[in-house]
Amino acid sequence: MRIALFVTCLVDTLFPQVGRATVTLLERLGHEVTFPARQTCCGQMHVNTGYQREALALVRNHVAAFEDAGVDVIVAPSGSCVGSVRHQQAMVARAAGDERLALRAEAVAARTHELSELLVDVLGVEDVGAYYPHRVTYHPTCHSLRMLGVGDRPERLLRRVGGITLLELPNAAECCGFGGTFALKNTETSTAMLADKMRDVLTTGAEVATAGDSSCLMHIGGGLSRLRAGTRTVHLAEILASTEGASV
Amino acid sequence: MAAGSRATFLGVPRILGLAGRDGGRGGADGGGGPGGARAGRPAPAGSGFLSGDRPFPDAAREALGDTQLRRNLAHATGTIRAKRARVVAELDDWEELRTAGEAVKRATLARLDEHLVRLEEEVTARGGQVHWARDAAEANSIVTELVRATGQREVVKVKSMATQEIGLNEALAAAGLTVHETDLAELIVQLGHDRPSHIVAPALHRNRGEIREIFLREIPGVDPRLRAEPRDLADTARAHLRQTFLRAKVAVSGANAAVAETGTLCVVESEGNGRMCLTLPETLITVMGIEKVVPTWRDLEIYLQLLPRSATGERMNPYTSTWAGVTPGDGPRNVHLVLLDNGRTATLADPVGRDALHCIKCGACLNICPVYQRVGGHAYGSVYPGPIGAILSPQLTGVERNASLPYASSLCGACAEVCPVRIDIPSILVRLRAEHVEERSRARVPSAEALAMAAGAWVMSDAGRFAAAGRAGRLGRALGRRRGRVSTLPPPLSAWTASRDAPRPPEETFRDWWSRTRAPRDGQARHNPTAPDDPTGREGPTAPDDRRARRARRARHDQETR
Amino acid sequence: MSAREEILRRVRAANAAAGQPAPPRVPRDYRIGGDHPAGHPELVRRLSARLGDYRAGVVPTAGPSAPEVGAAVRAALTLAGVGAADPVLVPPGLPDGWCPQGIVDDAFAASVLGGFAAVVTGCAAACAETGTLALDGSPGQGRRALTLVPDRHVCVVRAEQVVATVPELLARLDPGRPLTLVSGPSATSDIELHRVEGVHGPRTLVVVLVAPPPPAFPPAREPRPGVEKRHQT
Repeated sequence: MRIALFVTCLVDTLFPQVGRATVTLLERLGHEVTFPARQTCCGQMHVNTGYQREALALVRNHVAAFEDAGVDVIVAPSGSCVGSVRHQQAMVARAAGDERLALRAEAVAARTHELSELLVDVLGVEDVGAYYPHRVTYHPTCHSLRMLGVGDRPERLLRRVGGITLLELPNAAECCGFGGTFALKNTETSTAMLADKMRDVLTTGAEVATAGDSSCLMHIGGGLSRLRAGTRTVHLAEILASTEGASV
Repeated sequence: MAAGSRATFLGVPRILGLAGRDGGRGGADGGGGPGGARAGRPAPAGSGFLSGDRPFPDAAREALGDTQLRRNLAHATGTIRAKRARVVAELDDWEELRTAGEAVKRATLARLDEHLVRLEEEVTARGGQVHWARDAAEANSIVTELVRATGQREVVKVKSMATQEIGLNEALAAAGLTVHETDLAELIVQLGHDRPSHIVAPALHRNRGEIREIFLREIPGVDPRLRAEPRDLADTARAHLRQTFLRAKVAVSGANAAVAETGTLCVVESEGNGRMCLTLPETLITVMGIEKVVPTWRDLEIYLQLLPRSATGERMNPYTSTWAGVTPGDGPRNVHLVLLDNGRTATLADPVGRDALHCIKCGACLNICPVYQRVGGHAYGSVYPGPIGAILSPQLTGVERNASLPYASSLCGACAEVCPVRIDIPSILVRLRAEHVEERSRARVPSAEALAMAAGAWVMSDAGRFAAAGRAGRLGRALGRRRGRVSTLPPPLSAWTASRDAPRPPEETFRDWWSRTRAPRDGQARHNPTAPDDPTGREGPTAPDDRRARRARRARHDQETR
Repeated sequence: MSAREEILRRVRAANAAAGQPAPPRVPRDYRIGGDHPAGHPELVRRLSARLGDYRAGVVPTAGPSAPEVGAAVRAALTLAGVGAADPVLVPPGLPDGWCPQGIVDDAFAASVLGGFAAVVTGCAAACAETGTLALDGSPGQGRRALTLVPDRHVCVVRAEQVVATVPELLARLDPGRPLTLVSGPSATSDIELHRVEGVHGPRTLVVVLVAPPPPAFPPAREPRPGVEKRHQT
């Protein structure tokens, strides 16, 4: 299958290894990956912070970047950004009275999948042939869980990884406190939420905390790093891309 | 269960699609009303205890420092969440009930004027009297006059959000009348000279030890050996209020619902204090928000299932009372209903925000909210705290008077998932943020945030500019004191590094890695010839990238050998 | 303009400003009928279990006759701690023989009601799933204060009054009457959201379940149409 990668602005600029892992994984499964170079950002941060008018240019650019990508499907290693593509972009366009753009956005959204959705639902694979001999706990990020409803797809994929020890995260469904600009505007409350999430992660004794969103991992990882906790954060794509002798 | 609620989660409100009504959000907004982006608001804002005296983050900071409060909140909300989950899981038609509950509210609001007129007719036909109050002051003065007309000096009260909202107790006290709150939690709040912090359990921020202290201090004749046990504390309240109930001649209540077709009012409670107030006095005055009306008796079959399970985690609350006007020989002879607007019609004017009026005041969104659980209700300033308060209060007052509340959420969506009438709280929060931003943009001087957002949008709406910015970000690598870790950043990002390290920008963005390693065989160019305005067409994929790659390899080598 | 006219005007203007949304059809896809018809022994068992969860007492009768109900009421009063000589209040219209020691209400003042050790009443209907008794003030139940002020309430429920669901319960009630739905003794969750029974309403509730007249319902019975468990679409 021919798959366009929507790498997301955060992964592009701060966590490129997640994008590389996504490419490695999909190519290993025998698919062709393209990277429409015009892509930038879905506009979620602007929308969620109240800047919908400013988000319009981003939506326009995103739609233009992907609508003629000549691919079957589009994948992003982020539940949150896929959520924005699916639930926000068309409506941002409608807000501006641009019905045509809205329809184009909906067409792009219909082909856009979060990584675990793509693997399980579209490609029909749960065992991706990965090997990752570590103790891992999975945090189901809010937007993957409640906005997209990815359910247990990520865990189904993780359970099939060779060598892995999957540890259940207590209070897993609770927010880590990131929330985009919430982390800055309400930083003390955000930090209190993070503290509890870190406690739960550390309780598991995991070496690695994983999730499907680099933004939440940046938050949890930033906290764990400050604690010198020793537990690392690794994106789901990186674990799934790892093979025996070739850890990404 | 999640299936039903995620369809609209964090969508951009559909209202914005009505370009004509909303001034297109393109700057042509000629609203002019006090509602800012809520163009042409047809009704004035509400007043009363609906906003605090400081922004949410400041109040939250203080609350977070109170370890006793945080323990109380965690314990109480944890208890109720577990109970709710258990009894909700019992019903295999819970989603159908939620859908019906939402639809009844939506249908009612669409014809609210007709239902209110019908309700008035039916209540009147059954011997009750209906009064209308545009705002808090008018409602307070109506109730005060009704009490005065009885010649009585004291009033017993059933817990009611509407009367908390309008500050009725304070107004009656100012008129020289004595008010006895009779709900246990309201009694604790009243005796503690405190404010309610939760919609269902207003004293949730107090633990049993604190409640014992309040009772010992404030209730005359309490045995100092009183134990800090819920059983004993409840008995103390019973003994304290018994004589008050038996002598009271005037009661004030709220209502959970009013049935338009039959004129039936409904109060849902647990302790029996509600029944005491609704049954024993001669005069009963009920203050109810206009959004509480439902069209038919049958509609109650939905809410009497949704509410108790969501609110207290019970299959049914101990007592539900309904009455229609006056029944000779049973209960009050004078029955009044005060219908309250106080910002509700202003809320109704917004095609998205109006869904906040569907709320049945169960408090489930408070109990599940990770923000509420940590800061409690007082931080929100309004009598309506938590996620529902963050969308209701700013709409009742106008967002300008509660500007920090729409941001008091990480948009995690847990509230929408538990809401028994499927209010899409996150989307309304986002809607109100946009309204607030629009409002500020009319101020002549743009904020630093607005400038940053505009600049960000400018950069990110163009791949060329974005790629350049991404490479510039590598300059940030200099910030890294330790490998892969940035511990201090300048404002406003210092708020981040106050408690978390920031990732050190990578030596190579994904985009650059791709064009270095893949671009020549990327099918993109073949299948989709670069559009004339496509900045990527200007990108040279070869020589500079090779140089970059060599630099990158060198850097990696340096780092690893350091 | 009066407040009434003003508020109605605002409502109409607000609905207009919001694009005059049309009222949606209300999908009542939730369960209306229960898994058993009214009075089915399974429903009576369920009601009994739910009442037990609320820490209400349950006393079954040996049969449906008035003396059998009276014996169970006496047992219920004993269970509630009421002696044979204690004053017991009953509403006008309580069936003969249910409570021979009862004193019939005669518009007693509230303070007088507080002097009774218990009140014995019938009910209008009961809901098994939620353990709820409904009182509507008709003969045998009395005005609302009777079941409120005395500290103990003994309520007689006939099997055929027991329905499965809340919708079935409300369908049996007249919204024009003053209604009280009772689910266990009074309780509060106001202290740490921890439930304790017994606040202002009766602290003790004992339900007398009147056995149905024979023959009982056939043991196995197909659910009625439309009451199959439905699942999310």
